[in-house]
Amino acid sequence: MMNRLLNGLRTFCLLLGAALMLLPFIWMLLTSLQPASTTLSVPTNWLPQALQWGNYLNVWQAAPFARYCLNSLLVTSVTTIGQLLTSILAAFAFTHLQFYGRRVLFGLLLALMLVPGELLLIPNFVTLAHLHWINTYAALVVPWLASIFMFITLHQAFRAQPKTLYYAAHIDGASDWQYLWHVLVPTNRPIITAVALLQVIGSWNAFMWPLIVTNDDRLRTLPVGLMAFTSDQGTNYPLLMAATVCVILPLILLYFGLQKYLILGMTTSPAKGKSL
Amino acid sequence: MINSRPNLKSTLKAALYLTPLLLITLLFTVWPLINAFLMSSYTKYNYYTNQISALGWANFIYLWHDPTFHLAVRNTLILVLLVMPITVALSLLIALGLNHNQHLAGLLRTIYFLPFVTSTVAIGLVWNWIFRLDGGLLNAILGKFGLHAIDWLNDPHYALFALSIVCMWQGLGVNIILFLAGLNHIDQRYARVAELDGANAWQRFTTITGPLLLPMTVLIIVNTSVTNFKVFDQVYALFHGSAGPGNADLTMMYYLYQKFYVENQVTIAAASGIVLFAFVGGLTLLTYAVYRHRQHQLGGWS
Repeated sequence: MMNRLLNGLRTFCLLLGAALMLLPFIWMLLTSLQPASTTLSVPTNWLPQALQWGNYLNVWQAAPFARYCLNSLLVTSVTTIGQLLTSILAAFAFTHLQFYGRRVLFGLLLALMLVPGELLLIPNFVTLAHLHWINTYAALVVPWLASIFMFITLHQAFRAQPKTLYYAAHIDGASDWQYLWHVLVPTNRPIITAVALLQVIGSWNAFMWPLIVTNDDRLRTLPVGLMAFTSDQGTNYPLLMAATVCVILPLILLYFGLQKYLILGMTTSPAKGKSL
Repeated sequence: MINSRPNLKSTLKAALYLTPLLLITLLFTVWPLINAFLMSSYTKYNYYTNQISALGWANFIYLWHDPTFHLAVRNTLILVLLVMPITVALSLLIALGLNHNQHLAGLLRTIYFLPFVTSTVAIGLVWNWIFRLDGGLLNAILGKFGLHAIDWLNDPHYALFALSIVCMWQGLGVNIILFLAGLNHIDQRYARVAELDGANAWQRFTTITGPLLLPMTVLIIVNTSVTNFKVFDQVYALFHGSAGPGNADLTMMYYLYQKFYVENQVTIAAASGIVLFAFVGGLTLLTYAVYRHRQHQLGGWS
């Protein structure tokens, strides 16, 4: 009896917590469908009387959200694919090839994992200013083309791969390059998907870096564009919330589809929940 | 081949595979790391022409005497000390609950983890709307319970508290996932044996699950603290590009941004970055030192 009560109480608390976690998302959706005139007055109806899908249309017309969206897609995909390439190649070299200074170099790269990205913000800006890259796509992408976290995670996975596969491929006449792309990468697809997903989340949501290196409206990514839209619109909350939904929704859909990979990445990566 | 000794040819081949990563890392991680320390010692520096007039401690001395920087440090410390313990404790409780209730766990885990995939800036705007004095959801709920409305975002007494709520809400999911992973690694047989020996749930937690979970807990404490030391996006979105009423939510990261981007005092900003780095590094080392000591006391549990 006592146990049952305790179990019920526990479940109730967990559900209540989950409801509180969801509350901002629900409030965002509800507000985005309110008529724009109800702003700043105490909402007498929490549920919108007539769903104003037009808000979403207005958002796309009020600011170049299509452009922001395209920029975000471009930056996210190029960054993620670039990081995958550099990390896969380097992880392969460290696990399957022999070269002078391998241990020392690995130790140095491992040590770099401790450097917080925030410390590099200003000196990287200065480097880009000298390269005349401020306000270019290169500034948004190139500094992020290598990730030590992704490299270390893939290094772990590649090292665990049985070497017999490698020898067997060699006896069958496969080159290292062929082995890498036809055996090693396909067999490690779950962890590669996982690290890629973590990076997609990081790039899509990145704010401070794109805010600093771009001030051209045509180069803005979604989060930066959203803040610019906010300063234009002030407190027109239904419109703001509709824009917010547009920024958040793509990743939530991706998350629902690929959740198991995300959790795999979170728990195996030495980054442990850091993105970017 | 993996077992042969390195020679010039194999090194050259490996270099081809390594060059892309090393090049980018050298240019955008190693060099800026060195440059961060160099820049913090420049005074009267024009970064565009790269003219350095003098070297010295002037930037750090400026920070030492700058009341705004003191405020930023104070706010950041309060934020970390408020958010970290509550987030870690709550996420441990929730993870233990989810671990107990397998059929609900999948769905609830998905929900608790949602903030992690959500753009901080975007959800910060939603929180701004929730916290509003007139028409905000939170005050409407407080009103239902007969409590006075609070001007969360314009009252300096509450602004930092509002930021803390957002940070807690955001940090829970990651910690729950990590705690659940830690709980999964614990051999259930220990707890079974203790149960047979008549230990109650609380005893089982304090003597078995707790100590076995300690390494993961330390990691989570460090992670959560470091994350909250570096809060910026939340402040920017919550106050629409300001640091709150009377700088009530000025964090160290926001100070760095303001000095660098708004006031164009590049070297002072660089110095404040070094101070932030020292705080975060010191905290990480301290936590691991305490952990080693504790581990030693427990007789080498890991």
